Amino acid sequence: MAKKKITKKVYLQWYEDMLFWRKFEDKASALYIQQKIRGFLHLYNGQEGVLAGSLFAIEDKDRFITAYRNHVQPIGRGVPPEKVMAELMGRITGTSNGNGGSMHMFSKEHNFYGGHGIVGGQIPLGAGLAYADKYLGNEAITLCYMGDGAVRQGAFHEAMNLAMLWTLPVVFIVENNGYAMGTSVERTANHTDIYKLGLGYEMPCEAVDGMDPSKFYPVIQEAVDRARAGKGPTLLEARTYRYKGHSMSDPQAYRSKDEVAEFQKRDPIGIVQKVIQDKNYASDEQLQEIEDRVKQKLKDCVKYAEESEFPKPENLYDDVYIQKDYPFIKTP
Amino acid sequence: MAREIQFREAVAEAMSEEMRRDELVYLMGEEVAEYNGAYKATKGMLDEFGPKRVVDTPISELGFAGVGVGSAMNGLRPIIEFMTFNFSLVAIDQIINNAAKMYQMSGGQYNVPITFRGPTASAGQLGATHSQALENWYANTPGLKVVVPSNPYDAKGLLKTAIRDDDPVLVMESEQMYGDKGEVPEEEYLIDLGKARIDREGSDVTLVSFGKIIKEAYQAADELAKDDIQAEVIDLRSVRPIDYETVVNSLKKTNRMVIVEEAWPLGNISTELIAHCQQHAFDYLDAPIQRINTADTPMAYAPTLVEAFLPQAEQVVKAARQVLYLD
Repeated sequence: MAKKKITKKVYLQWYEDMLFWRKFEDKASALYIQQKIRGFLHLYNGQEGVLAGSLFAIEDKDRFITAYRNHVQPIGRGVPPEKVMAELMGRITGTSNGNGGSMHMFSKEHNFYGGHGIVGGQIPLGAGLAYADKYLGNEAITLCYMGDGAVRQGAFHEAMNLAMLWTLPVVFIVENNGYAMGTSVERTANHTDIYKLGLGYEMPCEAVDGMDPSKFYPVIQEAVDRARAGKGPTLLEARTYRYKGHSMSDPQAYRSKDEVAEFQKRDPIGIVQKVIQDKNYASDEQLQEIEDRVKQKLKDCVKYAEESEFPKPENLYDDVYIQKDYPFIKTP
Repeated sequence: MAREIQFREAVAEAMSEEMRRDELVYLMGEEVAEYNGAYKATKGMLDEFGPKRVVDTPISELGFAGVGVGSAMNGLRPIIEFMTFNFSLVAIDQIINNAAKMYQMSGGQYNVPITFRGPTASAGQLGATHSQALENWYANTPGLKVVVPSNPYDAKGLLKTAIRDDDPVLVMESEQMYGDKGEVPEEEYLIDLGKARIDREGSDVTLVSFGKIIKEAYQAADELAKDDIQAEVIDLRSVRPIDYETVVNSLKKTNRMVIVEEAWPLGNISTELIAHCQQHAFDYLDAPIQRINTADTPMAYAPTLVEAFLPQAEQVVKAARQVLYLD
């Protein structure tokens, strides 16, 4: 497929989507402080450009798998956001019926394969999704995401090798936000150009600006097209940044406020907003309408989640086995 | 019509029959295709099914176990062979975190119809890293099912059922059993997972075991019979789930039990059975239940040390006589 033109409609969609994702995460953060969301909470703020650019390049039939910073990706793929909010709040109406929590969002209907909590563990799964599509002759491709920390896991390297060996229709996207929790990329290896890890496997690889969806989109579209044409995988390093800590309990002593502020000057939402304003794609009033819509949608999400029930204790056994009469050991 | 075939042939037959039956089933692992299997348990399968469905891998257990799980989330029914389950330890994240938990973590959206199979436990003087019995490790994990056949008939029937199961199943074999011969019907049959079998009826003492080490229990039963002690021998066949009912019913009949398990002693299937029996059949016990496990050490190389490490028939005889208060 040729690269699609990034029209006014696309920019406005990107703006509304990214704004919603940002506000969704901010709301999740607030709910966490109120202890309505528990466990770990990893926020996507700052990385939205990668997702916006990616979604424009794929089709509904394509598959999407990522790590634990995974609240807004399913929303981007069409999962009702209130279901994600309900999962964050541990409700039975959540995407995994309250079984998964923040790190484990799934939606079979939307070809969203999680939501994975063990760093790098999802990378061979992404190769496996693509393996099945190749085996079955499907035209679907897989986008497999990971953070910069994950590329130091063996799982990454084994999956890269197998994907090349078997010419699998998969695109590996490293969202390099600079830090594996509190450890900077510089402190994890003697090289910092992560995309060059593809060279060892002779996999097409490239570093891309992940802050600007209009720059990320054409590159990932090429990779998607290559996969769909049966020409195998690609490794993309999306250079991005997360504004928030690794998770909610991160004091962020490993970086300066100036560094964060520097990246916020290149905020993906700001970049898109500037194009909209420069090209007169929308008036200030129209942008305000978008923001009002986003706020209302978010309110509805929280209301839905808060009004939903928690799972009942007996639901604990519902989804462990597909076999419905599995004889669990139950101690008194 | 039954004929005698080797354990390895039973394994290959089970996989081949299921692959003929269902195009979604494929086999992947080290040396499974061109080499015909490290232990020849996949002999002839590449010729019949071709390289798309019988897939050699590099030595990347973590990678190909994960590819298996991912492909199972997307419609396939993989059989992933580990050359031995000792090597599954580098893939254990994919088994424990992904295969076992995916159905629950996704709220019942993605089941993982995968079979992991290969030999487990010791196989001669292979040293510590190649001699580990990991059945109880995997059996500890909710979301998995674990079966351990001890003869060609069970190997075929259990493996066929495992491949058709919609949950992840581990089928744990033994290098030392692949050459064993046994009667296997020509006709198709399946064996339910989670069902033990009484191999030999007896009224004096119950011997419970599974996997290749059950041969020590058989030998012990023969020895005991010479002294007119009738041992009932139960092959668990499945260690997750466990068929407690068959075990408890036997205990209620014999009132005495010895468990023979090739596993380290801390927290294994034996201790689980003992816990269960003391709770559910306490009043039927005429003696404390005994267990014969491996030594609480890594296995070592020298023949004397291998013998000292593994459960032996004479230990089983001694324990049986002890629970009968004969010595």
